[in-house]
Amino acid sequence: MNHASDLPLWAALLVAVFLLIGAGLTLIGSFGFYRLRSFYDRIHAPTLGTSWGTAAIVMASMICFSVLQSRLVLHEFLIGIFVTVTTPVTLMLLGRAALYRDRSEGSSEVPAIDPPKGVLDETKMVDEESAYYPPE
Amino acid sequence: MSAIILFWAVTIAQVALAIAMALALVRMIKGPRAQDRVLGLDTLYVNSMLQLLVFGIRTGSTLYFEVALIIGILGFVATVALAKFLMRGEVIE
Repeated sequence: MNHASDLPLWAALLVAVFLLIGAGLTLIGSFGFYRLRSFYDRIHAPTLGTSWGTAAIVMASMICFSVLQSRLVLHEFLIGIFVTVTTPVTLMLLGRAALYRDRSEGSSEVPAIDPPKGVLDETKMVDEESAYYPPE
Repeated sequence: MSAIILFWAVTIAQVALAIAMALALVRMIKGPRAQDRVLGLDTLYVNSMLQLLVFGIRTGSTLYFEVALIIGILGFVATVALAKFLMRGEVIE
């Protein structure tokens, strides 16, 4: 790590703090993913790593290389934006797939597709045809 | 002084990320159902991407950035394809 001695002290401290925050949050998220009980609990835990874990490590990397090359190095930003944009897409697809699988197995842990009886009062619902063409 | 600070921070971060990867791997192997395994693979992808970024800080070369970006993109595509497979039973219909 010869390049590290070129860093001024404030930059080294900043990089170290961001690295520790990011790695710690990622570790907490992965531990929660290992530890939580049901899949629907577990799907929330790794987002700690994909939100602030990634953001902090990307910021540490940006600060480190910007100071080392004494110009603004921003291409790590790509990773941050990409991970931030794609994680909700992946997790929603995965959550819907899991919900579909659980429902098709008739699992009692997930709510059913049909609304419970009594929530929708069907007698008061207006028939679409009679609303448009009122009887003479 | 700054070399010592950076060395220890990078080492601690790499150990923490390695433990996180191991936890995701354990869940991926153990995971009771298929969706747990897919989520474990996704977590493993993200953790390894972060590990490579930290490795890039350690070596001081920007070469590892491209590798991390490719891992991130591949992880996204793989997880979306696997989620589609779990939902429909086929990837391209």
